[in-house]
Amino acid sequence: MYSIDPTLRALRVYIATLAVLFAVLVHSAGAGAAEIAPLINALAQGNFDDREKAIENLAATGDAGVAPVLEALDGGNLYLRKTDGSVWIVRKEGDSLTLVDPRSGAAAGAAGADEIEKIKVNNRLRRAIDAALGSLTLLSGDVATRLNAAQAVFKSRDPTKIAAIEKAIAAEPDAGVKIAMEQARAAALLTSDASDDIKLASITIITARGDREALELLQSLADRSTGPVQTAALAGAHSIASELAAWDAAQNVWYGLSLGSVLLLAAIGLAITFGVMGVINMAHGEMVMLGAYTTYAVQNAIRAAAPAIFDYSLLIALPSAFLVAGAIGMLIERGIIRWLYGRPLETLLATWGLSLILQQTVRSLFGPSNREVDAPGWMSGAFDVGHLTITYNRLWIIVFALLVFALLTIVLRKTSFGLHMRAVTQNRAMAGAMGIRTPWINALTFGLGSGIAGIAGVALSQIDNVSPNLGQGYIIDSFMVVVFGGVGNLWGTLVGATALGIVNKLLEPYAGAVLGKIIVLVLIILFIQKRPRGLFALKGRSVEA
Amino acid sequence: MIAASLLAGSERRAWPFLAIILTLGIAIPLLHLVLPPTSPLYVSSYIVALIGKYLCYALLALAVDLVWGYCGILSLGHGAFFALGGYAMGMYLMRQIGSRGVYGNAELPDFMVFLNWQELPWYWYGFDRFWFAALMVVVVPGTLAFLVGWFAFRSRVTGVYLSIITQAVTFALMLAFFRNDMGFGGNNGMTDFKDILGFNVQAGGTRAALFFASAAMLALGFLVAHAVVNSRLGKVLVAVRDAESRARFLGYRVENYKLFVFVLSACMAGIAGALYVPQVGIINPSEFAPANSIEVVIWVAVGGRGTLIGPAIGAVLVNFAKSYLTGAIPEAWLFALGGLFIAVTLFLPRGIVGTIAALPLRRRVIAKPIEPGAAATARAAE
Repeated sequence: MYSIDPTLRALRVYIATLAVLFAVLVHSAGAGAAEIAPLINALAQGNFDDREKAIENLAATGDAGVAPVLEALDGGNLYLRKTDGSVWIVRKEGDSLTLVDPRSGAAAGAAGADEIEKIKVNNRLRRAIDAALGSLTLLSGDVATRLNAAQAVFKSRDPTKIAAIEKAIAAEPDAGVKIAMEQARAAALLTSDASDDIKLASITIITARGDREALELLQSLADRSTGPVQTAALAGAHSIASELAAWDAAQNVWYGLSLGSVLLLAAIGLAITFGVMGVINMAHGEMVMLGAYTTYAVQNAIRAAAPAIFDYSLLIALPSAFLVAGAIGMLIERGIIRWLYGRPLETLLATWGLSLILQQTVRSLFGPSNREVDAPGWMSGAFDVGHLTITYNRLWIIVFALLVFALLTIVLRKTSFGLHMRAVTQNRAMAGAMGIRTPWINALTFGLGSGIAGIAGVALSQIDNVSPNLGQGYIIDSFMVVVFGGVGNLWGTLVGATALGIVNKLLEPYAGAVLGKIIVLVLIILFIQKRPRGLFALKGRSVEA
Repeated sequence: MIAASLLAGSERRAWPFLAIILTLGIAIPLLHLVLPPTSPLYVSSYIVALIGKYLCYALLALAVDLVWGYCGILSLGHGAFFALGGYAMGMYLMRQIGSRGVYGNAELPDFMVFLNWQELPWYWYGFDRFWFAALMVVVVPGTLAFLVGWFAFRSRVTGVYLSIITQAVTFALMLAFFRNDMGFGGNNGMTDFKDILGFNVQAGGTRAALFFASAAMLALGFLVAHAVVNSRLGKVLVAVRDAESRARFLGYRVENYKLFVFVLSACMAGIAGALYVPQVGIINPSEFAPANSIEVVIWVAVGGRGTLIGPAIGAVLVNFAKSYLTGAIPEAWLFALGGLFIAVTLFLPRGIVGTIAALPLRRRVIAKPIEPGAAATARAAE
């Protein structure tokens, strides 16, 4: 036996006391942390059953701060440090691993790959994590997060969430999120074994939601229930279905309007060169293409020189595209078309040749691949009207097409240039005799039509690929619009473009995109048999000219 | 009077032209088959297929010229008739593959097996027999031309309206044939042909025979066109071209004349397509592309519309330039083609043959081909 030095024993007692004191101090300083820390560490212990229990315990704390831990676990970034059994989030940067404190998010130095071990999850744990995150985020401080959580519960229809969501509803300050949460609760109640009365009330709430998910939920409910619940579910599903059908039709009409506005933009310049002047310009599509490439060039220049005004790049591109396409149009008129007046078939061939040259020029200058044209902030995004989703760029293009149309009508009707233009197209010789410089008017008219095609290109660059083939896709459609609407009449072009757009989109759900397009082409061909001069035919002497 | 002198002009050159075509049709296959590959005069199978392709194009150009040069109908959709004839032949060739396809299905072509089709669609029946396919090569394009023409000519759709409608027709067909569920092979079309009438399509003898058939059909097409334009009917056609309303007021049923020549032309285009497919070994929906049809028009314009030998010469010249340029300087081809469209319409409206025929030194009686400007003035004056 050996005796212990009394001083040494005293020191030991002292140290032990200090340690206890220290532990007590630490504990009281981070009360929440100490409650949760063992729960987090439990994630690494035991088998999958134990870990599932640990996840549920974490979720039960209702502390939004554990969400990152669960997310890390789900993403495979949560590790166990073998030396002390503590759990850390690990950030990987290249080969180095950084330990991050799961509670505070503070970095706590590097770790070697052999010191730590990944905490494994299986699909059952992932489901538990999702559920836990769902109920945790219901109480998050962020409105969007809470809304998403409510939608997630609605989709999962998990009856175990009822308690959590009721707690969330009681605490919810935002009216919109509250409605979403109530719908989520109703969905969860419908899958639970609640009484019929509660279910009937829930069906009312779900029916009020009125979207596709609600429809699906009610249909599946009707399949597996009986009695008054089934009747109510069927009635609710029916009312949602008929409402949705109406919204679908409205959505198609909206798409049709959008397509119509694109057709209008592409065709309205053609309505001037072909409709008013009688010149078949097969290079019209290439004018649109040039407008789109001008937009690309302008955006590049702005990005390089003055990035601050990038949001206004389209406003700068509009006049630029008008000038570029208009100037090229006037060159074409002076160089080629004026020699071919009265020979429409030859004009067609020459301008076709020109379109090939323009395409190849652009291909040689900018390359054959698609160019990126960015949308300014005010043109991106979307908003909902009922069950319609309306994107800003489509809306702006409709507004823009109507503006261009209105502007052009005013130019043709109210300005002296418009007057001269109409005079020349109605009777060239007499217009010349009255002192109008007809060659000049021809060039300006063709330039106007081409310039408008150019600004159509600015708009189309927002919704279509900017490639050398951009124009080709529109040329046949544009001719169809002008021929259908009636030559020499801008209103015909407006009505023709809108009608073709809407008919096309209404046919699409039944016939498919390609077949729908073929049907529209055949319909136009048949229509032209009936009214060879289009919807709004010119009457009187100018018809045969 | 214009027409008479014009026809006289083409008649003069008719026999030498026929002789050249037939000599070519016999000589090139012989040079390919008889001479050893080492001989300097040997014609490789590539060249045989290439010139055979040109001959098919020449027949197509002749068909377009018949409607455009002689009747004033600028069809921008003749590629559709060509492609339909080609598809009819392609369907026959697909059926001949039998069980030698990738999936070894004796009844269904590969693409149908691939798409899980259980049985042959009804419109494929009969295409395992050559006579039926050969009939369809003429009947299908002819029927389409009859339908389009019947609707268009009766309601007096003329000029550029007609051109745009024909273009829309071929565009619609292109979209339709791109669809897989049409049952014509969709995107990829038909290819991997094995044999025709029991002979291997790749074999030298078959190639030579196909070449001869192309030359013979071109000669036959030329003779038919020659007979048509030199008949009373042909004179009415020219009258319709130059002054449609006047011809109508004189009591001619203009739409019937137009319909006849349009259908005839479509049948010729269909035959050209049917001969084209076994020689190039593939047919796919891009043959329907509107751009192809317009290209045919420029062959006719270059050679000289309103002459019978011009289109053939134009087709060969332009396609030779295309083969050369797309190989040597690929970017230059579209510039050249585009420039050709502009230059020919501006500076050479009568085409090569028409311009040569109009040279004043050749004869005392000047063969005066069509004057496009004059025709337009006549039309405008009505």
